[in-house]
Amino acid sequence: MRDFTYLRATDADAAAEALGPEASIIAGGTNLLDLMKLQIMTPERLVDITRIDGLSTIEEDGDGLRIGALVSNAALAADSRIRAGYPVLSRAILAGASGQIRNKATTGGNLLQRTRCPYFYDTAMACNKRAPGTGCAAQEGAGRMLAVFGTSEHCLAAHPSDMAVGLRVLGATVEVRAADGALRTLALDEFYTLPGDRPDIETTLAPDEIITAVVLPAPRAGSVQAYRKVRDRASYAFALVSVAAVVEMDGDRIGKVDLAFGGVGPRPWAGDDVAAALAGETPDEALFRRAAGALEPDRAPHPDAAFKLPLLRRTLVAVLREATGLAEASPGTDHAKDAA
Amino acid sequence: MTRTFRMDEAQPRLLDDTAQGVIGTPMDRPEGPLKVTGKAAYAADNLPEGLAHGALVRATITRGRIAGIDEDSIADLPGVIAVIRDDRFVRNPAQGMADEAPVQPGDRIDYHGQPIALVVGESYEAARDGALRLKVRYDEDAGAEVDPATASETEDGDPTESGDWDKAVAGATVSVDVTYTTPAQVSAAMEPHAAVAEWKADRLVLRGSQQMLRFNRNEIADSLGIDPEDVQILSPYIGGGFGSKLGIGSEAVSAAIAARELGRPVRVVMTRQTVFDAVLRRTETEQRVRFAADGEGRLLAIGHDDRISNLRDEEFAEPVSSASQFLYGADALLFRQTVARVHRTPAGSVRAPGEAVGMIAFESAMDELAEALEMCPVQLRLKNIPEKHPVTGQDFSARALAECLKTGADRFGWPGRTVPGSRREGDWMIGLGVASAARPNMLVKAAARVRLSAEGAVVETDMTDIGTGTYAIFAQIAAEMLGLPTGKVSVRLGDTDLPGASGSGGSFGASSSGSAVFLAARKIRETLAGKLGCSPEDLTLRDGIARGANHEAALSDLLDGELVEEAEIEEGKTAESHFSSGFGAHFAEVAVNAWTGEVRVRRMLGVFGIGRVLNEKTARSQAVGGMVWGVGSALHEDLVHDPRTGHVVTRDLANYHVAAHADIPADMQVEFLEERDDQANPMQSKGVGELGISGSGAAILNAIHNACGVRIRDLPATPDKLVAALEAATE
Repeated sequence: MRDFTYLRATDADAAAEALGPEASIIAGGTNLLDLMKLQIMTPERLVDITRIDGLSTIEEDGDGLRIGALVSNAALAADSRIRAGYPVLSRAILAGASGQIRNKATTGGNLLQRTRCPYFYDTAMACNKRAPGTGCAAQEGAGRMLAVFGTSEHCLAAHPSDMAVGLRVLGATVEVRAADGALRTLALDEFYTLPGDRPDIETTLAPDEIITAVVLPAPRAGSVQAYRKVRDRASYAFALVSVAAVVEMDGDRIGKVDLAFGGVGPRPWAGDDVAAALAGETPDEALFRRAAGALEPDRAPHPDAAFKLPLLRRTLVAVLREATGLAEASPGTDHAKDAA
Repeated sequence: MTRTFRMDEAQPRLLDDTAQGVIGTPMDRPEGPLKVTGKAAYAADNLPEGLAHGALVRATITRGRIAGIDEDSIADLPGVIAVIRDDRFVRNPAQGMADEAPVQPGDRIDYHGQPIALVVGESYEAARDGALRLKVRYDEDAGAEVDPATASETEDGDPTESGDWDKAVAGATVSVDVTYTTPAQVSAAMEPHAAVAEWKADRLVLRGSQQMLRFNRNEIADSLGIDPEDVQILSPYIGGGFGSKLGIGSEAVSAAIAARELGRPVRVVMTRQTVFDAVLRRTETEQRVRFAADGEGRLLAIGHDDRISNLRDEEFAEPVSSASQFLYGADALLFRQTVARVHRTPAGSVRAPGEAVGMIAFESAMDELAEALEMCPVQLRLKNIPEKHPVTGQDFSARALAECLKTGADRFGWPGRTVPGSRREGDWMIGLGVASAARPNMLVKAAARVRLSAEGAVVETDMTDIGTGTYAIFAQIAAEMLGLPTGKVSVRLGDTDLPGASGSGGSFGASSSGSAVFLAARKIRETLAGKLGCSPEDLTLRDGIARGANHEAALSDLLDGELVEEAEIEEGKTAESHFSSGFGAHFAEVAVNAWTGEVRVRRMLGVFGIGRVLNEKTARSQAVGGMVWGVGSALHEDLVHDPRTGHVVTRDLANYHVAAHADIPADMQVEFLEERDDQANPMQSKGVGELGISGSGAAILNAIHNACGVRIRDLPATPDKLVAALEAATE
């Protein structure tokens, strides 16, 4: 770890003022400290935002909820309003990391965690995300955990978050605050950028902006919500693929459906087209297989990661079977209630 | 020095007659409270006055030479003291029991990740920063071969063969010819490799994390070019080894050189990434297993060929077909090995070298044969247990294989096993699997000293406790032999100034070094018998009281000062006349998800015959630990090398998956059969540390097949492989 200066911000203005290209925000530090020890990130200044008031609560916001950026992953997953109205978010959070990490990790920090691509993690390897312009050693390397959607010739890295997949399927927005106090609200697809030719840029956050909150829309009472994560071991591993689903039934037919996928893209990957193909249909395994079969990437995946497509399709079918009542629900599939 | 006892004939079962009643009991580790309260000082916990910190620098090319190290590149970094680079640096750790320096390559680089220099700083952070920033110039050799499958440089071992292969195969009704591949693995001990080197005048005091001190002292002395008498190694606590700390390595050699050069103590602790990069790995394997059998399931031919890899100049070759050569008998046998020379982290001993991977393929192929014969896999195994060692013709000593299989089948509900793919609970397909377990037992030269005084007894030996329970077991042996409560025995280990023991490796530590403790105590018993006025056979010692021939006396009254005896043991004629091995049987129940290919182990049972059990608790922990690694071997562990550079890609515990708690079922049963191995050693005990991993992975793979009809022959059995097979089956 390189030497750095440390500044404890007492309010958002002070934090914004201290930010800049050489600075990093630190909150839970569960990812940043590892990256600093390995010198993958070498900020000259750390701005500690954990003492800023007002960022650590979950409050009602119209019909939805406003989650402060510093709310811990553990507290968010355990919140009774989240468990009742947004169970897919609780399930997604609890599918990730460990109890100790979830106690420290924050909502904002989770969104901003870096990829776990092993070439990003090894400073002896070329990586456009870590060192722009050096190349991508993963392209011809070992690539089992790489993304299959949204990649570019410059970067194949996957976003590792489970929580963000839960947020994406719920249509959550991110509230960010600039140094001048201006607030912006961004959908997750506006918040995250695709790698293109600048994989080092991962979000649309300006250097002086900080995440202040994540806002959830009104709960979808009566919907079936599921988070299914498939990984190489039963706990403490990143997703090979994950499927988040919010399914509403309209009598015997499928009503509104939202889908998001983890482990397969540089950001939580939306399954809007698949979802659209299901709305209004009668639940049927052949239908689910057809819909899942439409999941095709624009670029050929790294050969090591190609298995993720059939695995994702099969996992999606399994989730839809349970969510629509074709199969008995297993743990991870819940009926949402009114959040209040 | 005392005369060495040679194990030339079976010894009286003295431990069945002694009266203290502590041997075999599930005694807690006496050092346990120190460990869980952080008071046990592991190597890196020693912080002598003036300590400097070293961080190893790795090579970032695969093959070539160091053209220059630009020390100026970090000279201005605050806290950096020096860059140490020395031709005595070692390329990789010494192989187990090498007893001499490992390869010292000078400026040559043989693999990506090789430690090539040490940056020393006033703090660990400064040293590590320097190590990451140091500029090294290389002369790179193109065309370094890193893929074992295609490596052009190979060496064929001498085949082991008997009988007429072609004739045996020609007479077969059913045959199996299958190829399995297993990935490389690493030990990933919890405690990273660490050393604190300090020179006291011209004597090196090394606090290290080492498994075999008697050998390690000679290895570091040879590495440094000094007299072994000028080295003391202290290694009282070791946070796991699994083979990775058998030999002296870069952390110790570089710390010793730096401490000498700088005139102050130096500590080197490997980062987790360096442990992956530069500590001996288990080789990947490609294994071809062939069986030919008659219609009744009698084996006619057994063949097991393997292709493994290692770096040039490493003699170690994973003995993949070790257990295949004695588990079952057949008219014709053929075992062949090819070693591919590649520029990857060198390979060496990792828990149960040979059996751990060899038995996965061999015992899975046995299951394939049972399927082809439409025969119960337990019955097939029982039918083919040979009378004598099929290769050497030796008699077996105590061998519980048949009883373990039968007992296990009974306990596990084996008769309830259904045909593949027929048992389902929701989306989960359920199956049962079985495999034999075997791991040869060894007796390795070892010495120990026992002191007895009115206060109690002290055991002294340079034997180590790598988390296996040596402190507890030696206290039990001495207490049992001398008639003392275990609390009256203190055990001193891990110091090369004490009598040289076997070290911890090959599952031989407790029995070999424990036998030295036993023999030293037996001599004390003889002296006590003389003092009491009875024969040693009539002597009974219990709770500090000696009785015999109508005499009775407190030990404190018999003793005139301290009685000190030292004993040394080595293998003898029984090792020639008899083949001694631990045996067992593994049973597993798994569930396979029909959609995602995830595998969950629902319960496991291991039944073992390991001779006399010295401590039921530590033995059980060893067996369970091995079975857990069997789960990891079958389902998770995969040391991935980059196809271009050969460097380790999965170089931390986030990317290299060992089994997590959630992967291990609560229903994890171990049963030891009552057994005495008279040919093994004077205690009639055998090794247990590696038996649990030997075969357990095969039981899981066989259960996967029984669950869903899929044979996974390329390990680990991750969801992608199962999904591919399930997809193919439904198309």
